[in-house]
Amino acid sequence: MTDLTVSRGGVPVLEGVSFDLAPGEALVLRGPNGSGKTTLLRTVAGLQPAQSGRIDGAADRIAYAAHSDGLKAMMTVTENLTFWANVFGRHDIASALRDFDLDRLDDRLAGALSAGQKRRLGLARLMVTGRPVWVLDEPTVSLDAASVALFARAVRGHLAGGGSAIIATHIDLCIPEAALLDVTPFRAAPRAAAHDEAFL
Amino acid sequence: MIALLARDLRLAVRAGGGFGLGLAFFLIVTVMVPFGVGPETALLARIAPGVLWIGALLACLLSLDRIFALDREDGSLDLLATAPLPMEGIVTVKALAHWITTGLPLVIAAPLLGVLLSLPAPGYLWLFASLVAGTPALSVIGTFGAALTVGLKRGGLLMSLLVLPLYVPTLIFGAEAARRGAEGLAVQTPLLMLGGISAGALALLPFASAAVLRINLR
Repeated sequence: MTDLTVSRGGVPVLEGVSFDLAPGEALVLRGPNGSGKTTLLRTVAGLQPAQSGRIDGAADRIAYAAHSDGLKAMMTVTENLTFWANVFGRHDIASALRDFDLDRLDDRLAGALSAGQKRRLGLARLMVTGRPVWVLDEPTVSLDAASVALFARAVRGHLAGGGSAIIATHIDLCIPEAALLDVTPFRAAPRAAAHDEAFL
Repeated sequence: MIALLARDLRLAVRAGGGFGLGLAFFLIVTVMVPFGVGPETALLARIAPGVLWIGALLACLLSLDRIFALDREDGSLDLLATAPLPMEGIVTVKALAHWITTGLPLVIAAPLLGVLLSLPAPGYLWLFASLVAGTPALSVIGTFGAALTVGLKRGGLLMSLLVLPLYVPTLIFGAEAARRGAEGLAVQTPLLMLGGISAGALALLPFASAAVLRINLR
C-alpha cells in the first residue's frame, strides 16, 4: 500500500499512509476514535475507493470483519457459518467452531447468543473464508479476556500458516509478531471540500 | 450464489421473515374492493383484472424494503460485497428470492381471488399468464429501488415514490392483457410487451442496481 489518501463523505481523513504486509506479518492500527482507522480498513477491503495512492494485490485475498458480524438471528450457528463457507466456495466449518469454542452452541439460533458469543461466531467466519489477509476492525469488542486469548491464538495460527492480518484495536492483543502503526501522524488537515460531494 | 438464494428463502419462511405478508395483503385488498364499489357482478367483472393487478403490485411493493435493508443492518451486505460473488449476481439472486417469496405466491393466488371479483371464465388463464410474465419485472425494478434507498433510514416511503412510477408500464400492459383475456379479445400484443418489459428489466437493471449498491456502501 503506497501513499494512500482515504476519505469519508468526500473529506480526506488520512493522507500518505504507506505500509507493506508480507505473509506471516500482522499490523496493528492504533489511533484515537474518529482518526480514520475504519475508513482506512474499508478502503483496504475494497468497499470504498481510495482518493489517491495504490493498494497492490489485495481485493480478492481479503476477509473483512467489522463492527457488525453479518449474522442472521433466525439461523443457527452452524447455518450461519456454513452459509459464509459456501459463499467462499468452502465447506469445512468444524475447525473454526472448535477454535472459537462454539462447538457446544452449534444448533443455537444466532439471535439467542450473547454479544460475546456472536462476536466469536463473527470471527470464526474469517477462518471459513480461507482468505490469507484478515482485515479486522475492532475485533475484540464485547469479548472477555478468555475469548481475546482465543482470538489472539487464532490470529497467531493464521500468521504461522502464512496468512497476514491488519487489525484496528484499542487493547493489547498479546501478538508478539504484530507491528504497530499509529495513524495519528497521517491525519489530514481539515479543509473545505471543493468538489461535488454527492458522488464521492 | 445458490447458497445466498437458499439462505434468503430459508430466512423468508422463518419467524419474522415476512413470507406470506404480501399474500395476506393481496387477499385483504381484493376482499375489500367489493365492499367499496358494491356487490354488482357486472361492474366487478369489468374492473376485476385491473383490481387484481393493482393489488398484486402493491403487495409486491410491501416487501421490497426488506431486500437489502436487513442485510445492511446486520453487516452482511458489506461482507457479501467483499465476498467472491459479483455484485450483479448478488442483486439478481436477491431479486429472484423476492420473486419466489412474493411474486410466485401472488401469481398462484390471483386466479383464486378472481372468483371473489366474479372474473369472467376466460379471464383466469390470461390473468395467470399476465402475472407470470409481469411479476418478474416488478421484483427486478423493485430491487433497483431497494438498492437506491438502502442507506437511508426509513427509506421505505421514498422507495415507493421512486418505484411506483417505474411500475406503470408493467401495470398498463399486465392489466390490459388480463382485461382482453377476460373479454375474449386477442391478448398477444400486451402479453408480448409485458414479457419484453420483464426481459429488458432483467437484462439491464441488475447492472444499475449493482452500481448504486456499490455507491451506497461507501
